[in-house]
Amino acid sequence: MLGYTLRRVAGTIPVLFMVSLLIFALVQFAPGDPVDMLVSDEATEEVRLAIRSAWGLDQPVYVQYLTFLKNAVMGDFGQSFRYREPVMQLILERLPASLELAIYSTLLAVAIGLPLGVWAASRPNSLVDTVGSIGGFFGISLPNFWLGILLILLFAGTFNLLPSGGRETWGLNVERVTGFLTIDAIIAGRWDALWDALRHLALPVVVLGTNMTGIIMQITRASVLENLQEDYVMTARAKGMSGRVVLWRHAFRNALIAVITIIGLEFGTLISGAIIVETVFAWPGIGYLLLQGISFRDFPLITGLVLVYTTLFVLINLAIDMIYTIVDPRIRMG
Amino acid sequence: MVRSSKTRKLAKALKSPKAAFSLAVIALLLLAAAFAPLIAPFDPNRQDLMLAMTPPQLAGPHFLGTDHVGRDMMSRIIYGSRVSLLIAVAVVLFSGVVGVTLGVVSGYYGGRVDSIVQKFLEVVWAFPPLLLAISIVAFLGQGLGILIVALASQRWIPYCRLARAEALSLREREFVSAARSLGAGDARILRTHILPNLIQSALIVATFAMATAIIAESSLSFLGLGVPATTPTWGGMLSDARAYISTSWWMALFPGLCIFCTVLAINLLGDVLRTHLDPRLNRA
Repeated sequence: MLGYTLRRVAGTIPVLFMVSLLIFALVQFAPGDPVDMLVSDEATEEVRLAIRSAWGLDQPVYVQYLTFLKNAVMGDFGQSFRYREPVMQLILERLPASLELAIYSTLLAVAIGLPLGVWAASRPNSLVDTVGSIGGFFGISLPNFWLGILLILLFAGTFNLLPSGGRETWGLNVERVTGFLTIDAIIAGRWDALWDALRHLALPVVVLGTNMTGIIMQITRASVLENLQEDYVMTARAKGMSGRVVLWRHAFRNALIAVITIIGLEFGTLISGAIIVETVFAWPGIGYLLLQGISFRDFPLITGLVLVYTTLFVLINLAIDMIYTIVDPRIRMG
Repeated sequence: MVRSSKTRKLAKALKSPKAAFSLAVIALLLLAAAFAPLIAPFDPNRQDLMLAMTPPQLAGPHFLGTDHVGRDMMSRIIYGSRVSLLIAVAVVLFSGVVGVTLGVVSGYYGGRVDSIVQKFLEVVWAFPPLLLAISIVAFLGQGLGILIVALASQRWIPYCRLARAEALSLREREFVSAARSLGAGDARILRTHILPNLIQSALIVATFAMATAIIAESSLSFLGLGVPATTPTWGGMLSDARAYISTSWWMALFPGLCIFCTVLAINLLGDVLRTHLDPRLNRA
């Protein structure tokens, strides 16, 4: 097991290396001179040269790449053009907001999609199944930015129940410990702040979770159904086990592998969904930061964010692979 | 004989309510896109600030209302269907050609070619969906060509995997060896024996890729990273709508409804095709 884990971890290194090369190449092909983004239009040629050498832009391309790679490995993505602060610091400040949103959305999707999928599979072609299957198609076909706008229109506009954006009401002053506002509020014992954080989370979490709920439901239904047709289920039934036990202890447990895979795969969709949802709800996470970086052509910031996102994605997929081997030891052998 | 019974089965499947809905929506969309200048009541870009934010009028002339600068919503939606369809079709075709070519070459020749293609695939696949597309547009700039490349940047992968698996399994089959021993060259074998076996599965992949391409294109337009803002697009209209959400609900409702119905129709069609064309899924 340890050997397998180490091999898999080592396997991600060349991939991440190639990813960094690809991103670096994209920056090189970008039209325009990065110096233009750093100096005013009236800057003299001397000033431009000084800036060029200060940012290392006068070096040959491969030296620039090696410097970039060396720093990136140490977690240093350089200074943001716009904020004039280290990119890594900007990312770390906003990462908890994004993680909080992603985690609650995943929990919501699992909490709704999983039981609904099992329920639909236990009664194939029933009303529950049909409604669920239509709902699943709706879930994967709804553009999340549209759903977000409509929910803002209804719940923040018409009914005036929930805030239309942001993460907290200004001035609550809860001490930051984890950066997760819900957890920080509990630590501080501030129930008003917890309620405030949950109110701000409600709409973005629903929007980000909808798509995933539909997919988890469909996959759960399909894999539970498939398992229910296996011989071992017939055997269990023949032994006199009740339908409920067969469903949950046998079919559901074996279907979990497919569900875990899809949650891992959907994590990527969750990341890209979060970029959009954070923009719609002005959620101060790294997705919103990325869009701001793009509108200011802040190349170090964009590069840093893309690398952080991709590394997270690769690591999550690796973790999912590891979970498999625990759930299903056959995979490790194969 | 086999083919005709299959065709009949598919024809029957296409009469189900699910398929009827999706074919109707797609036909409507194609008509709107093809005849936009004839159908659209107004010039989609004509501004009239006196008419700005007119609510939908049941009696016309602005059936779906106007936007914040007085442009007719219905005309913009009709013209917007052109962009969505054009980009989606271009992305699906482009990624299909790239993916199938790489996959077939990779699976048929194997060896070093295969390992290079697979390594490349692994690297591109390491990016979260949409993020690579966003990076390409962010660094290289906005434009129709770059947008199509960006949206295709990861969509060729499912085709590639499918084509590779198919080519690998067909390479050693008797009819392929027979063709080879009769003196058929690689190009001929690929064209007459391997590609035809791929078409059905590729069609299913293409349908779903089209649905995600439409969502991705409108997402990028919504974020201001799509085609230049002078062209009406559904995503771009939603982006405009955000600022006027509290006063003009119609600006947000109709373009989104179009994206939703289009994507739903394509997904349902894909599901019908998958159920009836892919025998591996029919067992369940």
